Amino acid sequence: MPNDYLLSLPILAAAGWSVLLIILEAMLSRAALTRVFAMLGFALVGGLSVIGFPLQGLAFSEMLRIGGFQHFANIIFCLSGLLVVALSEKYLDDENVHYGEYYIVAFISVVGMMLLAAAANMAILFIGLEMMSIALYVLAGLMRRDVRSNEAAMKYFLLGAFASGLLLYGISLIYGATGELALHKIAIAIQTGSASMLFWIGFGLLITGFLFKISAVPFHQWTPDVYDGSPTPAAAFMSTGAKAAAFSALIVVVTNFSTLLQNSPTWSLVISSIALATMVVGNIAALAQENLKRMLAYSSVAHAGYMLVGIAAATPDGYSGIMFYTLVYTLMNIGAFGVVALLESKENLLLASDYAGLFKHRPMLAGAMAVFMLSLAGVPPLGGFIGKYKVFAAAVDAKLTWLALAGVLASAVSAYYYLRVVYFMFMRDPVGEAISAPATSSLAFALIAVAVVLLGVFPTEILRITDAALKFAQLPTQTGF
Amino acid sequence: MESSVLSLVIFLPFLLSFPLFSFNRAQHGTARWYALLSSLLVFAGALYLALQFNPSSGFQFEHTALQNWLGDSMDVKYSVALDGTSMLLFAFAAFMFPVVVLGSWERVTTNAREYYFFLLMLETCILGIFSAVDLFLYYMFWEAMLIPMYFLIGVWGGNGRGDAATKFFIYMLTASLVMLIGILSLGYISREMGGTFTTDYHKLLQLELPLSVQNILFWLFGLSFFVKAPLFPLHTWAADVYSESPTGAVLTGVLLKMATYALIRFNVMLFPTASANFAPLVCTLAVVAIIYGALVAMSQPNAKRLLAFSSVSHLGFIVLGIFSFTQEALQGAMILMVNSGLTTGLLLMLVGWLEERRGDVRLSEFGGLKKNMPMFSAAFLIATFASIGLPGLSGFIGEFLTLSGAFKSTTLQTGLYAMLAALGVILSAAYMLPMVQKIFTGELTSERNAALSDLTPREILVAALLVAMIIWIGVAPNSFLKLSETSSQAVIEFVTQKSASQALAK
Repeated sequence: MPNDYLLSLPILAAAGWSVLLIILEAMLSRAALTRVFAMLGFALVGGLSVIGFPLQGLAFSEMLRIGGFQHFANIIFCLSGLLVVALSEKYLDDENVHYGEYYIVAFISVVGMMLLAAAANMAILFIGLEMMSIALYVLAGLMRRDVRSNEAAMKYFLLGAFASGLLLYGISLIYGATGELALHKIAIAIQTGSASMLFWIGFGLLITGFLFKISAVPFHQWTPDVYDGSPTPAAAFMSTGAKAAAFSALIVVVTNFSTLLQNSPTWSLVISSIALATMVVGNIAALAQENLKRMLAYSSVAHAGYMLVGIAAATPDGYSGIMFYTLVYTLMNIGAFGVVALLESKENLLLASDYAGLFKHRPMLAGAMAVFMLSLAGVPPLGGFIGKYKVFAAAVDAKLTWLALAGVLASAVSAYYYLRVVYFMFMRDPVGEAISAPATSSLAFALIAVAVVLLGVFPTEILRITDAALKFAQLPTQTGF
Repeated sequence: MESSVLSLVIFLPFLLSFPLFSFNRAQHGTARWYALLSSLLVFAGALYLALQFNPSSGFQFEHTALQNWLGDSMDVKYSVALDGTSMLLFAFAAFMFPVVVLGSWERVTTNAREYYFFLLMLETCILGIFSAVDLFLYYMFWEAMLIPMYFLIGVWGGNGRGDAATKFFIYMLTASLVMLIGILSLGYISREMGGTFTTDYHKLLQLELPLSVQNILFWLFGLSFFVKAPLFPLHTWAADVYSESPTGAVLTGVLLKMATYALIRFNVMLFPTASANFAPLVCTLAVVAIIYGALVAMSQPNAKRLLAFSSVSHLGFIVLGIFSFTQEALQGAMILMVNSGLTTGLLLMLVGWLEERRGDVRLSEFGGLKKNMPMFSAAFLIATFASIGLPGLSGFIGEFLTLSGAFKSTTLQTGLYAMLAALGVILSAAYMLPMVQKIFTGELTSERNAALSDLTPREILVAALLVAMIIWIGVAPNSFLKLSETSSQAVIEFVTQKSASQALAK
């Protein structure tokens, strides 16, 4: 079955490359080299996904589902990995934790994300999720001598293991109810028979596991502590790549059961309520944060809420909106975390007020950070706005106007805490010594900022791609052969 | 005719803003000359459009691009055009920018490149707002404008600038986001009524929206415009923003016209029946704003805050003119938009110059300035008279048309609104003249006041430009009125016909 290999080439290449990285690090143990190879690997895998974009079908005894959707998700994961690795070095050096293993673990995590998005079978779903999560636990605890990093890793691990348990239990109940593990076969079994109570309980547990990973309320409590304690680049990785992966898997699961879920008012109500609670709690809690990492953590909770609005809408437009959203979010959030990491590692600056007068000394860096903040707040013509526009439009289309209205009001609240950073950077005079940062990194952030602006002004082609990418995920019964 | 001249004029300031960053950061001299030339070039472009403009026909200079901007399921595109309603304001906005650059010539010395960068970016947004004929595009410009405004107020403003900037941003953003839901709902309603999701203004005009839908959408859109106008009781941000803005605060004068323009363009045209139904309510708020603004202005000890409230009062007249639904009143409102931009703009600029010299704008600090600042006093007096509506100056013609139109309005059915609003004209004299008196008459008691110098040639040039406009509109209003004559008649006919047919259908 050469077709199987061709279809899943990006995943296979990623898995192979991670082995290469391990060998490389074991033989030479030079972190800088491993870093370069990890970046090459991300570029390679991303490139393979771009080339393989039109290919679609089920692979390896219907274990993997590959299509435009998975390829698009792979590109986001690789982008996230690439940017995080690129921005990590300085931070890790300053914290004296610059190990080559860091890059290997991040790479393995991306392999897990790719498996998660490509899962056609719940066994693969679980393997992908665990592969991603365990790697992230390690990244969270990278700073062994730092109490808070240890606490973050422990907290993340315990709660994550608990969520994995729920998810696994859900899978077993669904298997008990339908006798199938493959998602599309379960969908057929449900359609021919009817969804039993056992199935619904299992499905609920499965979704709960995902909600934990995307840090939706009320499963969000771990987020601020973990992001705060983890190395900042790792937190950027968790909030973008891992979130995108969990959303991709969630979209795959719900599109498989779309006929069932569209006829269930309870489902719509439950997801809408969770989305609402996530937006409200995330934004209000973020208002009260002085520490930027915690602020970004709650902001990431709030953004999970906006994306959930697309799930609640349960239309192709909504899912396509989420895909676009995760792409923009990856760029702007890694940008924001990256700036925090850059300044934090130099001067241990963590409060918004520490950024006072940044504009005077580093105008380009301050400008890029302002673009990230305004984009996170959803101000046009920046990319974050188009993402929000798409998911809220889908909600209005699905007669959830109240949810969209609540969403826009929540994002008006969010403008306050994002602007506070801009306020200190531009409208306050610097206190103390000038904040220094290397010019090259300012340029890197400026490039990311330009990408965020371009996604806001010319989103058309990307939106076409996300629309097209969803087609295959939409057809649960198509086997492809 | 498909041509991209209009788009070129709209984006010219933005494109011209990038070379600013190649200038030496420390030298502000080159940056301001460059900004002045750029804005003059844009004004020349706008003037060219105004001369090519044919007042007797509808939308002109149409240019569309970026078909299916947001994916194939939505008919959203880049689409701009000008008609009689927008042409005058478009040209006026382009006129104000060189004036503003000249007005803040000496004021901005730190980070000048960035200041002019944001100023030019703002110009693109404002020109875009006046010419967008796609609701999504309009929304993009409308919100994008917040970014340069936020930085202009927050970085180059007064002492309380940071808070004022944040307040401005949050107020505007909240209201606009509500409008976004309105735009989305309208798009999907047009799909339900047969067709696709569209934000195309021309297509939306064809919709026969049920009254219940119009009623909701009227407020979803209106809230945003009423906040920005600002209409009582949504005006609470205005005084802070006016008093903390840099001399470029003159822009606030231009800015607020975008809201009243949008009321005509979107609220009235898209929801005609609801607009006619809510006219008495909106006009009541307008009259309250006229009188309340005037009364509060009377008790302000600070010149900038006084002008902010006088502007609230003026906006009441404009809103009254729009919602009277007579051609006379509508044309009056359009002239008033320009007038209030000119007079409040000039007054704010003059007060700003006074603040640069003296570091204070409290009325109690001044007195007798006419002795040592004759040119300043003359300019201030003319602007004051225009502001209170003296015949022969620009304020009179607008107020006269508005009031007589409102008096005859069949939508409002009673002349009571016009009579109460006329009270506002008297009150405006009652707060403006004491201000003039406090600043200029009496003895020069304080030494610091005696040391103040009169206007520089540059400042005289700026003031003279604005005064010339004020007198031109006052003496020969027809050259301006004829621009909007056909289109305002079309607006009134459209509304009357739509609401009549809807009443008949009931």
